[in-house]
Amino acid sequence: MKSLEVRLREIRDSGRKALVPYFMAGLSEDWTDHVAGAIHAGADAVEIGIPFSDPMMDGVVIQEAALRALGSGVTFDSACDDLARLATEVPLIAMTYFNIFHHYGIERSAGRLHSSGLSGVIVPDLSLEESPEWVASCDANDVATIFLVAPSSTPERLKLIAQSTQGFAYASARMAVTGSSSGDGEGARIVKAIREVSTVPTYIGIGITTPEQARAASGVSDGVIVGSALVQVLLDGGSASDVERFIGDFRRAID
Amino acid sequence: MSDSARYMAKPDERGRFGEFGGQFVPEALIPACQELEVAFVEAWADTEFVGEYRQVLHEFAGRPTPVTPLHRLSEHLGLSVFAKREDLAHTGSHKINNVIGQTLLTKRMGKHRVIAETGAGQHGVATATAAARLGLACTVYMGEVDTLRQSLNVFRMELLGATVVPVVSGSRTLKDAVNEAMREWVSCVSDTHYCLGSVMGPHPFPWMVREFQSIIGIEAAQQLRDLGVDPPDAVIACVGGGSNAAGVFAGFANTAARLIGVEAAGGSAVGTGSPGVLHGMRSLLIQDEFGQIEEAHSISAGLDYPGIGPEHAYLADAGRAEYHAIADHDVIEALRLLSELEGIIPALETAHAVAWMTKEAGQSLRSGSTVLLNLSGRGDKDVAQVRAILRGEQ
Repeated sequence: MKSLEVRLREIRDSGRKALVPYFMAGLSEDWTDHVAGAIHAGADAVEIGIPFSDPMMDGVVIQEAALRALGSGVTFDSACDDLARLATEVPLIAMTYFNIFHHYGIERSAGRLHSSGLSGVIVPDLSLEESPEWVASCDANDVATIFLVAPSSTPERLKLIAQSTQGFAYASARMAVTGSSSGDGEGARIVKAIREVSTVPTYIGIGITTPEQARAASGVSDGVIVGSALVQVLLDGGSASDVERFIGDFRRAID
Repeated sequence: MSDSARYMAKPDERGRFGEFGGQFVPEALIPACQELEVAFVEAWADTEFVGEYRQVLHEFAGRPTPVTPLHRLSEHLGLSVFAKREDLAHTGSHKINNVIGQTLLTKRMGKHRVIAETGAGQHGVATATAAARLGLACTVYMGEVDTLRQSLNVFRMELLGATVVPVVSGSRTLKDAVNEAMREWVSCVSDTHYCLGSVMGPHPFPWMVREFQSIIGIEAAQQLRDLGVDPPDAVIACVGGGSNAAGVFAGFANTAARLIGVEAAGGSAVGTGSPGVLHGMRSLLIQDEFGQIEEAHSISAGLDYPGIGPEHAYLADAGRAEYHAIADHDVIEALRLLSELEGIIPALETAHAVAWMTKEAGQSLRSGSTVLLNLSGRGDKDVAQVRAILRGEQ
């Protein structure tokens, strides 16, 4: 079992709901201060977006953040360099599209993640079927590959994914890209189904935009992922103390 | 394995042609891709479905399109050139072959709506046309830049009852229209089919679209045999994503004919690209040193795509087909040449193939060679742009 999963299981077994905010690497010069602020305010793990030119699974907010980061020259290497200086015990999880790693080199990417202190990775366009070579390289570097379960996943696929994901299972609450919060979401149903076939911690993401939604989602799962709502604060010029306030509100809502 | 099964057969069980292809899409879309593959395999083996597809192509789209010997151009170039006239198909290009196949499949799957991406608007117009004919709702995603460049095609789609959504993300061109159509498909996949316009995207699209376009090559091979040409020395087609090329190559992949794809110099995925993953497929892509996808730039919006279909990447890798690039300035000359010598104004995309043939006549196309040119589309959509260029306004 990967270090990340050991840690996330400990959090779950202690009765604490996990709060996982998302940041776009290099969105501003002081972006690692924002990450530090979130950790200070009670984040249990942090998702780090590496910007890609064609973010197929992302809505307008994260698209805009990726475009800005790319505009200021952010690369996989520069993001890793910044993170290596962060020095935190809180797990860091990379999130980007497969072409970034494919181009950098599969083994080299997994090694770079590990040496930069990243213990998990989410690659939304890397399907379970296409993932064996990637997962093998991550396995050799103690990097957990986290897979998503979607509302459209068949029971057979849900079981396969729940048994293959490492660290946690990402329950995508909606048939939508990131940032969409329409409708009630199907997070509760998906988490219940995952728990029937696996003991892996299960977090709900996609459409968690308010502390109230986070409270409801964490009530039926082991944690929540907050992306677009937080990135919007930063696109609007938010500071590290704004991040602390934002994360603090979510923390209180789910505790 | 026999030679006849070697090229342009089915992809492997992972949807790959050699190292290219696959299914690189979010989990939310995997079930839809799998459902589509099952539906296509069943339909394509069902004589009733294939019969209906052929009948609609005949009654509605004007197939078979003729093969025209190009006498004056042949004399000019010292070649024996035949044109497969996809410009005479309904809506003015080969695009109709694919959309009729996919819209019939949409109905067969019990879905009542299609979405599509479009660059210049040809695939969008074709999709809107087939959707109107079959009574399907239709939404087309088009980069905002392209909606301005091709406003008449936007109006055509709207006349046909489709909704056109300008895409304002990224570079606001074709690749972003594909991204947006994929995003939209995630949210409506239960009742909507994504009618992809080329031999690209996740499996089974590259294979399925090639099969729906293979009618071009199947017809042309027979028509040339009837003219005593079996096979031609070379088959030439322009390539953006590569659907017209894949369609015509399919009729000749296992003959001795040279297969030649002509890309735009500013969008040459085989010439200047490298392996990568985009829009659901592993293929050759134009990308920077960090794996960020770059924009393609050419005189013809239909070739402005930074990738190429995975089967073309494979055919190039295997050495079965060759791919060359033509710069914008040669394209206008070729368009004039075909117009003046043969009375056919080709699409700017098609003119790339004409330009390469013109340059290579007497060179790698030795004098007296028989050549099949896939005349993939008519140039009506481009005349305002060509006029502006010839008047020095662009």
